[in-house]
This record gives sequence, structure tokens and C-alpha cells, in this order.
Amino acid sequence: MTVRKDAIIVGGGIHGCSTALHLCLAGLKPVLIEKDYAGRHASGVNAGGVRQLARDVAEIPLSIRSMGLWERIGELVDDDCGFESYGQVLVAETEAELDACRVRVTDLNERGFTHEELIDGAELRRLVPAVAESCPGGVVSRRDGAAQPARTTTAFRRKAEQLGATIREGMPATNIRKDGKLWLVDVGTDTFAAPVLVNAAGAWAGRVADQFGETVPVETIAPMLMITSPVAHFIDPVVILRGRKLSFKQFPNGTVLIGGGHLAIPDQDRNETVLDWRKLSESARTVAELFEVMRSATIMRAWAGIEARMRDDIPVFGPSAVHDGLYHQFGFSAHGFQLGPGAGAVMAELIVHGGTQTRITGLSITRFQNSPPSSTT
Amino acid sequence: MSAAPKRDQYDVVIIGAGPAGLAATADAAGAGLSTLLLDENAGPGGQVWRAINSTPVKEEALLGTDYWSGAEIAKAARDSGAEIIHRATVWSLDRNLEIGVSVGGGSAFIKARRVIIATGAQERPFPIPGWTLPGVMTAGAAQTMLKSSGLVPDCPTVIAGQGPLLWLLAAQILRLGGRIDRVLDTTPRANYMAALPHAFGFVTSPYFMKGLAMMREVRAKVPVTGGVTELAAAGNGKLDAVSYVTAGGKRETLSAELLLLHQGVVPNVNLAMAAGVEHRWNELQLCWTPVLDALGNSSIPGIAIAGDGAGIGGAQAAVWRGRAAAGSAIKASRSNAKVSDVSAQLRRAERGRAFLDTLFQPAKQFRIPQGDTIVCRCEEITAKDVLDSVAIGATGPNQLKAYRRTGMGPCQGRLCGLTVTELMAEARGKSPQEIGYYRLRAPVKPIMLSELANLPKTEEATKAVVRG
Repeated sequence: MTVRKDAIIVGGGIHGCSTALHLCLAGLKPVLIEKDYAGRHASGVNAGGVRQLARDVAEIPLSIRSMGLWERIGELVDDDCGFESYGQVLVAETEAELDACRVRVTDLNERGFTHEELIDGAELRRLVPAVAESCPGGVVSRRDGAAQPARTTTAFRRKAEQLGATIREGMPATNIRKDGKLWLVDVGTDTFAAPVLVNAAGAWAGRVADQFGETVPVETIAPMLMITSPVAHFIDPVVILRGRKLSFKQFPNGTVLIGGGHLAIPDQDRNETVLDWRKLSESARTVAELFEVMRSATIMRAWAGIEARMRDDIPVFGPSAVHDGLYHQFGFSAHGFQLGPGAGAVMAELIVHGGTQTRITGLSITRFQNSPPSSTT
Repeated sequence: MSAAPKRDQYDVVIIGAGPAGLAATADAAGAGLSTLLLDENAGPGGQVWRAINSTPVKEEALLGTDYWSGAEIAKAARDSGAEIIHRATVWSLDRNLEIGVSVGGGSAFIKARRVIIATGAQERPFPIPGWTLPGVMTAGAAQTMLKSSGLVPDCPTVIAGQGPLLWLLAAQILRLGGRIDRVLDTTPRANYMAALPHAFGFVTSPYFMKGLAMMREVRAKVPVTGGVTELAAAGNGKLDAVSYVTAGGKRETLSAELLLLHQGVVPNVNLAMAAGVEHRWNELQLCWTPVLDALGNSSIPGIAIAGDGAGIGGAQAAVWRGRAAAGSAIKASRSNAKVSDVSAQLRRAERGRAFLDTLFQPAKQFRIPQGDTIVCRCEEITAKDVLDSVAIGATGPNQLKAYRRTGMGPCQGRLCGLTVTELMAEARGKSPQEIGYYRLRAPVKPIMLSELANLPKTEEATKAVVRG
């Protein structure tokens, strides 16, 4: 049976769910197709950082747009998503790193962005009292924070469904094809048809783009995270390092989430990852050096979520350069969670109005034209 | 003082020194394979033969001949030439057969050509109202104290539940002079009829006569109430009463300071699941069991599972499963090796299992709690909390984590996992197989952050340290 819809979204991560929700808000009836369940991969198991801090200049406008939505996330999806705004702090461990921070903040200010603020050692220790004395300062983005990723993705999915989106989980989108002006996608024995196809398939999105002649340099990665047993409350903001791979966040229940981008070995066809404990050991060493209080904590669990990383570490976002009605929203390269709410809103504007006020030019898939792709998975 | 593993690679690494692990170790090392046995207890025996070399309870009749049969297999393993490390916690195993193990406060990674998981069983959760009160404990915990230290209850004590181990523990407590005021048997009356077709297999099994004798022994000394359909522990800050409903529908209350609960054992799946071994819901044993071939080989090449972790079969079956898995490892290492076929012995040891599984299948009300009864002890989540989360979109145990953090505490789902699966399956009108289980992740047992930080930095460094 062929079911006619206004848009077909492939992928039930935060991005697909957010786009589904915003299309509904614009009066469209989309179908979202997710091979597992919403939030099964990176969107459900990431560190939950809601961070404008330390982003590539090309994605800052999208990040700022998204921040506005995070701050009223409860109104948008009827769930506060566990969002807390205690700021995010980037710690410089040496004077040289602090100098680099200064250059960065000055550059952002000249571009008109004011969300990043240089801080000295005293302000750093006021914000993060437990940090090692040797750290000379850093950068803070005070509106930043963290949320609960699985709860957030599920909330977007639920709200989209309430507003009329069709959600199909547990079976993959297959046989994606174009017939005249309509995109056709099979899900089991059903076929969906729509003039719009949104490729938000995360680690699987490169395959979809490739099928329609837009081969891009994308690889599958699985950033690892680990969580500790509860320790006495000692830190409010999310902390990231300038020089080493580490992100750090304490939850209200005292548990501490340790991440930072060390990678597991993904097995995307099995939906599995194999953890690299030697890399996690590096994270543990960094934490022990920076926060003495953490040395006696125990590691409860470690995991990794599968997602896509572009060669230049910024997403592919916007219309296809080849096909009418095809839109890409993937390759968020391990920092897409915060962008989810805003990216859905902007994607809906692109689809409904053909344009947006939010600057996204640096994210177009056209940036890879005439450049030989590296690995494609 | 235990030492770290001597080598960085072994032909076979066996995890768990219960009946299956000891038997597998004796055979594998006996055949000349480089064999490492890792076990987290102070000595060999696992749960069924706990403290076999060290128990203060020396009089043979008190713990029974089945217990003492373990000494011989433990000796065979010890004399086999295998490297055996106790107080070793295996906290990671992956599909590349790399094992993270913690010994004496330090961790190492070792590689194996074959892994035999023999991590046995754990007690099935028994989530009744008040089961988290101080004074309520599992029968297994009581048995551990009895075997390791000779400790038995001397206060007003009630034992409630069902299954062979319940009667064994009651008999052992009484033989050691301990106090039991009442046995509340929760075996559903209907199970006796359901089990009847399997009775022939059971009466010819090695367990039949022993089981009958043990129940007679307990009944001679303690009043037993059968057919109990409801059970609750009550008290202010600690247990002081156990209330129950009899087969006749009468509600009665006993005052008690200790309540020992037990309704059977289920495979301890955490390590195997974290490694990625495929499991399926077992409709008869009402638990997850790994998908295995006749020799215990799992869905992951090189990983076999033996003993109760392969599906509950008891100590005798565990020994033969351990030998079958060792035989498979020996064959894989040397294709011309002569390995004896133990399938007939295994079949005999498993005889009667269908009867026991059917007779002692716990009643639904003792597996799927309601209302304010705690499901997840780590996060204090009730049955109602779980159902509320289902109502707003939690479709399975992994989504439930996002709403309630169930399975994310120190027990890693050991105390709530089966309850959550069955509760959500019932609420959503699906089978437990469709609902699934928590995705389990290493570390399977928590490790200190400082210990992880001190892990040797590279593979080369690992070797240097291990050899040094």
C-alpha cells in the first residue's frame, strides 16, 4: 500500500525527530522512519552536552538558534528534558593554551559573537573549585548546560507524533527512489511517497547520500563515555579541556559522566561497538590529574554510540546539490545534540519556505564538490 | 596474596571456578593447553561448593555428599597445571576475546584463543512488598554465610519461596542447629498438575530421592505452609512481621526478625551479554539463556558458556557442560586431539530438569509486582513508576533507563532486570523476547577510576609489566 505524506524523514535521532516536530508545527504531515527506535544510537547515548562553547564558526549561528529553543524546551516538547544551565567551561591547562583561548575569543568578538568569555584563574576556580591549581584560566559560555539525551530525543519523538507525524520504528527504510516529483520509500510491505526526503540517518546517512550521487567524506565513529558511582557534589558546569580529550559533568545524583571523544571500534551492521579500554584509561588518567576528588570514584559503566563524522568535523546541512526535494541533515561529528532543536526548526523553514534567516552557508554539501572523498562507509 | 596473570595470552581462559569452570580447567590444562582460571572468590567451588577447601563445617553429613564431591574436582583442577587466580574480577570481555581483569587492586588485559564463561547462576529477584527492609535477605546470601563461616540464624526466622535450593538451605540450617520458625512454600498448586507429564524423567533422575529425603527432614522439624499465594514483609525500619495468604484464602501474620527469600536461580548473564553473546527468552525457565550449540559454543566465535550460565541445569550438569566446552577448546587447538564424547552423561545429568522447571516456575504475582512495591532497589523505582513510564512512551528496558535510571545503578540490572522485562512485557501486551533486556556494558563489575588510570598504557607496556 502506498501512503502519501508531505515529507519522509529517514532517521529517528534528535535531528530527524526535531525536523518531524517542526514540520508538524508548520502544518505538514511527515513520516519518520527509524530502523531501531528513536534515540537508539548517538542521540540517545551521548554526553548530553548543550554547548555553544568551542564550536566551529560555521555552525555557531545554528547553535545560537538552537540555544534559544533549549531555553524554552519544556514549552516545545512538554518535557524539560533534564536541561540544566550551569554553563560550560573550557579549561586551559597552560599559559600557551590560555593565549590560544584569548585569540579565539577576540576573533569571535570581531565576528559579533559574544557567547564565549575569557576567564582568569580566579574566575575559573570560582566556577570549578575542584580544578587543579596549575590551570591558569579558560573560556566560559554561561548559557550552556546539559540535558538527558535519551529523554530529550524521546520527548521530540512523542511530541511530533502527538502533532500528527507518523512514526515507524523497528524496520529500515529500503528501496529509496524517486519517481517524477515524488520520493518513494519502502518500510516492510508499506510504501511512503512524498515530495520531500530528509536524510537524517546519522551513521547510515553517507550511504543514502552516496546512492543519490552525492558522495562525501564521511566515516562512522563511536565516541566513548563512562559514568562513575555517586561522589559528593563538587562541580556544577560542564568542563571540557582545550588541549586534551576530556569532557566532564556531574549529575544531580552525584554520578560523574566522563567523555571527550576517544573512540570505540564501531560495528555498524551489528549495531555494536567494541570499547577501547586503553583510551578510556587515558581519560581516567586525565580526570585523576585534574580532579583529585575523583581518584577514589568507581567506574560503573562505559559505552559508545554510533554516528557520522565528516572529514572537516562540521555537519552536512541543507538541500541536496543534485536532487529537488532531497535535504541532508547528518555528519554532526560528535557534537550534534545541542544543534538538534534548532536544526529541526531551520530544516522545516528550508522545506516550507525555501530559505532561512539562520546562516548555514558553510554547512552545505556543495563544499565537497571537486574534492576527492576519503573513506565512505 | 594473588598475583596478576603470568602471561598476556592463553589458549583458554576460564571465568568462574564453580563446577563447570573447575571441570573445564582440569580437562583443558590436562590436555596441555595453556589455561588460566579466573575466579572472584577466595577459593574454588563457586556457590554450590563455596569454601570447599576452607569451610569450618567439617562434618560431612551437615553439608551433604553433593557438597563434598566438589573437593575432588577442585583438586583435579589444582593439579592440572593450569594457572589459577582467585580474588580476580573479570570486568570486561569483548568479541575479540580480550579480557580486562582486576587482581589485587591492579588491572591487566589478556588475550585468549578461547574463553569459557562459567559464571553460574544468581537468585531470581523476589520483589514482594517490603523486600528491601533490613532483615529480609536472600537464601543464597544466608547459605554463603553458612558455608564460609558456619553462621546460622538464631532469631525468629521465616523461609519463604520455592525450589530445591530452598529445601537444601533449610536442611543445612537445621543440621547446624539454626532456627527456622516456618517455611512458607509458594509453589503454585497448579504447577503440580502441569509438572506431572515430566515426572517420569524426574523419578529416574539423581535428584529425586535426595529431594524427597530433604523435604521430609525439614518437615519433621519445622511447620510448613504450602500453596502460599501472597507474601509481604512489614516493619518500621526493619522487619518485624511476615504476612501471607494461604491456599484457602486466609491472611495470616507471623512475627519474624529474619525473612529468607528464594524462588529459584537464573543464569548470570552480565558478562556474556556485555561481550555481545546472543540470548533468548526461555519460556520454561522464565529468564534469558544464551543461544548455544551442543558443546556450549555461543554466537561469538571462541566464546563458550558452561554451567548454569548456559541455562539452569544444576551442579552435575555443570560439570559435564564444563567438560564438553573444554573438549571443544581442545579440538579447536589441536584438530587431531582425542576428546571423549560426554553427551550421554550430560543428558543423564539433565534428566528431570523439565519436571523441576515446570514444578518450580514461580507464580506471576511473585515475579511481576504491582503498585508501590520496589522493582529497582538501586534507584528505588516502584512497579507503578515503571508503568507510568510505559504510559508516556518507554517501550523497553533501555528506554526505561532514560526515564527512571533503572539498571544503571551498582547492581547493573541483576536485581531488577527480569522484573522490568516481564513487567513491561505485560504492560505492553508483548512477549519478553520482543521487549528485550538492558544492553549491558563493561565494566561488568565496577572498577576504581584510579585503577583504570593506572592501566598499562599500550599493548607493549602491558607486556612489559606482565612479564616483569
